[in-house]
Amino acid sequence: MNEKITIQVQHLVTGYHTKHGDAVITRDINASLRSGELTCLLGPNGAGKSTLLRTLAAFQPPLSGEIYIEQRKLTSYADAELAKVIGVVLTDRIHLSNMTIEELVGMGRSPYTGFWGRLSKEDKHKVDEAISTVGIERLRGRMIQTLSDGERQKVMIAKALVQETPVIFLDEPTAFLDYPSKVEIMQLLQRLSRTQHKTIFLSTHDLELALQIADRIWLIDKDKALKIGTPEDLSLAGDMGHFFEREGVKFDMDLGLFRIDNLRRYPIRVKGSGRRYNMVQKALARNGYFIDNQSEGTSEIEITSDAYRLNQQTVQTIAELLEILPKNIA
Amino acid sequence: MKERHTSLLMFGLIASIALFFMLNLVLGSVEIPVRAVIRVLLGEEENTIWRNIILKSRLPQSLTAIMAGAGLAVSGLMMQTVFRNPLAGPSVLGISSGASLGVAFVILLSGSIGGVALSQLGFIGEVTLTLSAIAGSLLIMILIAYVSQKVRGNVSLLIMGVMIGYIATAIIGVLKFFSAEEDIRAYVIWGLGSFARVSGGQTTVFVVIMLVVLPFSFLLTKTLNLLLLGDSYARNLGLNIKRARLLVISCAGILVAIVTAYCGPIVFLGLAVPHICRGLFHTSNHAVLLPASLCAGASLALLCNLIARMPGFEGALPVNSVTALVGAPVVMWVLFNKRKSER
Repeated sequence: MNEKITIQVQHLVTGYHTKHGDAVITRDINASLRSGELTCLLGPNGAGKSTLLRTLAAFQPPLSGEIYIEQRKLTSYADAELAKVIGVVLTDRIHLSNMTIEELVGMGRSPYTGFWGRLSKEDKHKVDEAISTVGIERLRGRMIQTLSDGERQKVMIAKALVQETPVIFLDEPTAFLDYPSKVEIMQLLQRLSRTQHKTIFLSTHDLELALQIADRIWLIDKDKALKIGTPEDLSLAGDMGHFFEREGVKFDMDLGLFRIDNLRRYPIRVKGSGRRYNMVQKALARNGYFIDNQSEGTSEIEITSDAYRLNQQTVQTIAELLEILPKNIA
Repeated sequence: MKERHTSLLMFGLIASIALFFMLNLVLGSVEIPVRAVIRVLLGEEENTIWRNIILKSRLPQSLTAIMAGAGLAVSGLMMQTVFRNPLAGPSVLGISSGASLGVAFVILLSGSIGGVALSQLGFIGEVTLTLSAIAGSLLIMILIAYVSQKVRGNVSLLIMGVMIGYIATAIIGVLKFFSAEEDIRAYVIWGLGSFARVSGGQTTVFVVIMLVVLPFSFLLTKTLNLLLLGDSYARNLGLNIKRARLLVISCAGILVAIVTAYCGPIVFLGLAVPHICRGLFHTSNHAVLLPASLCAGASLALLCNLIARMPGFEGALPVNSVTALVGAPVVMWVLFNKRKSER
């Protein structure tokens, strides 16, 4: 990753001015974002992810500190200039109907169009390009109110693309989506950071996905401290576990991923191998059993190529196996 | 395909304006043949009664209806967009209440304090009424514009507008309590709304003012389209939200102020026409909706005026009753149809 630094943050404090003084949300952040990278902002609810994102996007002023975008202070940008530098995709649901996807994506060209907002031939070409990059060609004539959440999210990403900004901020772009759509959106964003050298910064609650796809992670914890690094470095330093582990959730250092920590109550021996063995192991773990082939005096499950055998009983499915299991364990 | 649909509808709207305009000149308690109407317009008609009826009454009334309908519809559209609220209309910000307040002050107090009932003053009285209505509504509008710079959310601003309207109405109530009966009567008649009150010379003034002010709304096409996306997205696309809000509210407010000053508070057109246009044109694009609302507003106002003047009703039906009676079913029909086509 030898791309250039596009955003630099120095001693940034975010929060709100209130009647009773300043309400600080995150304090003293020093960090940078690079082009060609996908950076994910993680943290529990209420840690200040949205506030940080809104501050970086100039929707609200910082309490103190400086933000530099492409070597210029954020505050020195006029609204119209900023529109060509930062594109956003927000959680705000747009209450809009009777507008086609093509028109909506075309609105992303507003910073470049003239007084009447008419799209030139070149603008229309860019809209076409963005629509095909995001893969929503079949939606282009549809009205916005007929789309699903995932489709809307892609439309808004296409809008951010035609805005032709070097930086794109996304506030929880994967929220409310089904799992395949989440993966699809994240992969799309990763591809955009690589192929179009964009600086992509997004907040998310999808740890698993972020850990697998992000180039860099910003981690805010409840005490508003920020840790930054690649997912792997953060894993090795034990930060991931420290930030998110709680009862029932363990960070698996070997996989670099979180897994559900099941109660291990009953030892059991299992004989077999292959995929069927793995699946039995998974089902057992979920039900509080753990495999211990050394222990004597426990029951043994034998896995054959077409059945499961336990104390002379033979069953065909894992469901049946789980049913007879309690009666065979003392 | 869609472009053709749009131009066809647009053509239809313009044709309907022409048709209703002609009917407004032809029909009435005295029926005047189409040919005679054309001759009058060309200045060739000999029959002075017909000439008087058309030039002194029907023509000014029709022109007033066209301009008032167009102005109210355009301002309604702008209000609905800037507040992202389908129930917003010209009256919602209290601007028309402001006009009523101005008029109430002049009509009701002139009797009690000056000892002259304004209703008896004729031309000077009319001009005074117009000016006081404009003063009242502009005052409220400046108040709202100021508030719009201080308040964050659209909903708070909307509620403030409604509250200001209530206050204005309450003050009018107090004024009424202390006024003479004939003054109250004059005020109530003003409140019924009418395209006919504007007479001769004043029509020209009204039409010219509207012709100057209406085009300003078209300069806001891009701004209005961006506002549709919501404040955050609009801002991210380079729009200065506060300035945009101020411009749109001022433009819409001035339109309402002028129309109300000349025609009284005309309800419903401003609320209904934008919905009708969205339903007909299936678009949210203001490059289409603005001219469409303008034409549909003019056309519907002409139709309402025509119905209000039907033989037998002559002068009896207030325009406000007709606008609601004609407009409400149309809006409902459009909404029902929209449901069907979305499925």
